Amino acid sequence: MQITINGKPEELQADTIMDVLKHKDIDPHMVAVELNTQIVERDQLDTTNVRDGDKVEFLFYMGGGT
Amino acid sequence: MSFTEEQITRYSRHILLPEVGGKGQKKIAQAKVFVVGAGGLGSPAALYLAAAGIGTIGLIDSDVVDRSNLQRQVLHHTPDVGRSKVQSAKEKIYLLNPDVTVETYEDRFTASNAMDYIAPYDVVIDGVDTFPAKFLINDACYFAEKPLVHGGILRFEGRVFSIVPKQSACYRCIFNHPPPPGLVPSCQEAGIIGVVAGIIGTIQATETLKLILGIGDPLTDRILDFDARKTAFREIKTKRNARCPLCGDHPTITELFEHEQEACQLQTPGALGVS
Ligand SMILES: [Zn+2]
Repeated sequence: MQITINGKPEELQADTIMDVLKHKDIDPHMVAVELNTQIVERDQLDTTNVRDGDKVEFLFYMGGGT
Repeated sequence: MSFTEEQITRYSRHILLPEVGGKGQKKIAQAKVFVVGAGGLGSPAALYLAAAGIGTIGLIDSDVVDRSNLQRQVLHHTPDVGRSKVQSAKEKIYLLNPDVTVETYEDRFTASNAMDYIAPYDVVIDGVDTFPAKFLINDACYFAEKPLVHGGILRFEGRVFSIVPKQSACYRCIFNHPPPPGLVPSCQEAGIIGVVAGIIGTIQATETLKLILGIGDPLTDRILDFDARKTAFREIKTKRNARCPLCGDHPTITELFEHEQEACQLQTPGALGVS
């Protein structure tokens, strides 16, 4: 199936958001995740399903300022 | 209030803009902006806001200028090394625009003083470089109902995000809580390309002016990420999160507190006290 990750369409097999994170080798503690503009809570990453055509955004923490 | 002839000349390029005009310039002159951190983001933000004629700029920072700051913290010059950042900043702002009142606070921004510090101000700018401070600023602005222009930078990347409390998504709507200690490096550990601070800080200043003037579309409910390697912006649409621990339907955060300081910043040898 095809999902759009951070604006880029990608072909991959995944049932849940957690599968997508694993596929991209991203530690779930490092990011906030949006599915179709809705924030997915960290405790729901492995129970939230992804479907063909979904848009997923990974927002990495960015803590600098000085 | 009315402007002197000198001021009309100084702000003429603003006054020429139909969206600003003399009326808007007066709004700018009456506005009070609080900048937390007189460093990489605070420098360009405060300088441009000063040039724009902001009435009062409040600056809080407990640090002194370190030589490694000069690569990006453009408020501070070589002779300022070792001096208080807020004092150094105040001098540069007065030289740029003596119309601006600069309030300086050589202090840490904490859960116990945050509300008092931001109370007199109209807009708050996040220019700090730790997650506990970023979450504290978000929470304080929510409780005080002050618009906040959040900024973050790391390596070649930066982020801007405006928050109008009780109307738009807050920082916790997205990130909930700081990352586990040691997982996400700070600028002092990971490095930062200096100009990214300039890009993000000037966007923060732009959004602050827009909020003051009430013009255009504010950067609320969308996060703007910048990648200098690609020279590309990415906009991520967002919205208030009903499960946000601060501004959601059933908030669990009902008063200010400080998250633990990231352990990596306390444990890295030789990196203490310098940001
Ligand atoms: Zn929130």
